[in-house]
Amino acid sequence: MLEIRNLHAKVDNNEILKGIDLQVNAGEVHAIMGPNGSGKSTLAQVLAGNGNYEVTEGEVTFQGQDLLAMEDPEQRAQAGIFMAFQYPVEIPGVNTQVFLRAALNAVRKSRDEEELDAAQFQALLRQKMKLVEIDPSFRNRSVNEGFSGGEKKRFEIFQMALLEPKLAILDETDSGLDIDALRIVANGVNALKTPENATIVVTHYQRLLDYIVPDYVHVLSKGRIVKSGGKELALELEARGYDWIKELEVPAGAGA
Amino acid sequence: MRTLTKTATDARDRYLDAFRTFEAMQPQNGDGISWLRELRTTASRRFEELGFPTTRDEEWKYTDISPIANLIGSPADAAQVQGLSASDVEPFTLQGLDALRLVFVNGHYAEALSSVGTLPKGVVLSSLAAAIRSDSPVVRSHLAQYASFENHTFVALNTAFFQDGAFLYVPDNTVVETPIQLLFITTSGETATIAHPRNLIVAGANSQVTLVESYVSTGQGTYFNNPVTEVVVNKNATFRHHKVQLESEQAYHIATMQVQQARDCQFASLAVSFGGSIARYDANAVMADQGIECTLNGVYLVAGQQHIDNHTVMDHAQPHCNSHENYAGILDGQARGVFNGKIFVREDAQKTDAKQSNRNLLLSPNAVINTKPQLEIFADDVKCTHGATIGQLDEDAIFYLRARGIDKEEARDMLVHAFASDLLTDIQIEPLRQQLEQELHTRLARNRQIRE
Ligand SMILES: Nc1ncnc2c1ncn2[C@@H]1O[C@H](COP(=O)(O)OP(=O)(O)O)[C@@H](O)[C@H]1O
Ligand SMILES: [Mg+2]
Repeated sequence: MLEIRNLHAKVDNNEILKGIDLQVNAGEVHAIMGPNGSGKSTLAQVLAGNGNYEVTEGEVTFQGQDLLAMEDPEQRAQAGIFMAFQYPVEIPGVNTQVFLRAALNAVRKSRDEEELDAAQFQALLRQKMKLVEIDPSFRNRSVNEGFSGGEKKRFEIFQMALLEPKLAILDETDSGLDIDALRIVANGVNALKTPENATIVVTHYQRLLDYIVPDYVHVLSKGRIVKSGGKELALELEARGYDWIKELEVPAGAGA
Repeated sequence: MRTLTKTATDARDRYLDAFRTFEAMQPQNGDGISWLRELRTTASRRFEELGFPTTRDEEWKYTDISPIANLIGSPADAAQVQGLSASDVEPFTLQGLDALRLVFVNGHYAEALSSVGTLPKGVVLSSLAAAIRSDSPVVRSHLAQYASFENHTFVALNTAFFQDGAFLYVPDNTVVETPIQLLFITTSGETATIAHPRNLIVAGANSQVTLVESYVSTGQGTYFNNPVTEVVVNKNATFRHHKVQLESEQAYHIATMQVQQARDCQFASLAVSFGGSIARYDANAVMADQGIECTLNGVYLVAGQQHIDNHTVMDHAQPHCNSHENYAGILDGQARGVFNGKIFVREDAQKTDAKQSNRNLLLSPNAVINTKPQLEIFADDVKCTHGATIGQLDEDAIFYLRARGIDKEEARDMLVHAFASDLLTDIQIEPLRQQLEQELHTRLARNRQIRE
């Protein structure tokens, strides 16, 4: 589904990603872990098409298409990429329902599906709301405005539930959540899992992976994946911390 | 005495000549309206002394009105009123509402287009000229008592030259359920017309009134509209006011609203300004007693070469009054905006709470805004907050929306719309709210096309 080869990216002339290689197949869950500042969010933003990041080298293929050739972030979203923001943006004055409907219809249109009428849309909202146990009052609020940290994260997953992406990239969706909220978010993600879609879970903590069980764990350090393994790698990181990772050399062949 | 340039002198003299002609045409003394002749003459003299303001005048520093002073125009012919049909007027009305409406075409009352239906007992809604002819004591005791022309050239001109406008009188303890619209239409044809609409609104104690003052055009021509509206809000009355300025983009619009508020009354106004080549609005409120709530809000959207200037005065003369001010502006192209918000807190006005905010969104690097709060506080136990912001669209917010599949232009529109939406969604008159939201969308889409 997703194939990243030797991806280099910079922001404000600082090279942050220094040769990332990653392959994600349909039906898989990948966890990307790593210390603060290692480039996890940068990778997520680059995949979502944030124009502040400049790709200087490498290739990304998404479902057989050249992802980097899709310059507009909306094109990527319409193609089925969804990135849950580590820091969702507050947008005063833009009503959540207006926003969700615009997003949903844009995505549906690109899939040659009919736009939903008001009643169908409301029915869909109600159905998805249950999934992430979101308070219906959010419908009268502005996008993320005044949401607590936990509400913002839940609202991200709610959007994901609504848009049904092929590839979801969850950037530290677990940070700042209490255990109940974490469980709700994880249940939502698990419920949305199908053999046709894939998830990349970016996290700093092993805790989330008790609820969303990854098929693969990758450790990112200084802009490179320095170690990959199964879910037991997450436990090892939990036990040993990140310091030993920083000492690791890039595995032979990677990033070349 | 200040010195005026040759063109400024010419402009002034042209108006003074016009005044002599105008004065000669007015009804003669002896018919009970000599007070009006005196008023006009005094105003004309004051105009002669003041002349037209220049950018050297502090109050007009950023607004050059010389194109207005130099506009050669004539008072529109009353006969032109006949040219418009009900269907021409329909799009500007509060559609679907059984509203009360006075229509003025090029400054003249158009009875056939108006609709005063059945009014609650004692309510008078008529043309001001008619009220003057009938020697209304209310008009006599209130007209020109509030909007001072001492230091305002255009109020002086209006007072000297006004021919018509609306008169609304609502007796004590009377609720007018339906919104009242004062609709001023300029047909703006080949020749430039000049009109000085004059409105007098008196709301009695414990009354409730909702008013919409609309200035629109059926053409794209140049003309000059110089309305003055005086509003008297008596004790414990509730008054909702809306001013909608959708003049032609070649038009000049200089307007003044003067509000006089009595004890415990509530007055809230929203001024929407989308039109005009040069538009200036002075909204002034005097809180003359205790326990008053006053809101002056505004939304402006300008593009191209448009110039919009909003001046407000919140005059806290007495204690325990709250004033709220929220102006939001969107500027595109080479448009220029001015906001000046004066808050006076007089010596006696303890426990004043005054809030002012002016937010501006610049959509183009060539758009300019000059914004200035001006607080003059002579009491010590008061709360005054003010803030002015000038910003661009939030790029992070645009990316967030786009990352959900919404295309770039739609994302921008959503954010621009959001910028003004809190003020527009507050409008309680549903057809007006829809009309203005639609107008906002249409104009944003058009500006976008120009930009591309
Ligand atoms: N806009 C920016 N300008 C300069 N440096 C940045 C910018 N954004 C991120 N960085 C730097 O890039 C590195 C990686 O950041 P990030 O991808 O957010 O890391 P992570 O998500 O793994 O904590 C950090 O050193 C950070 O300081
Ligand atoms: Mg991060």
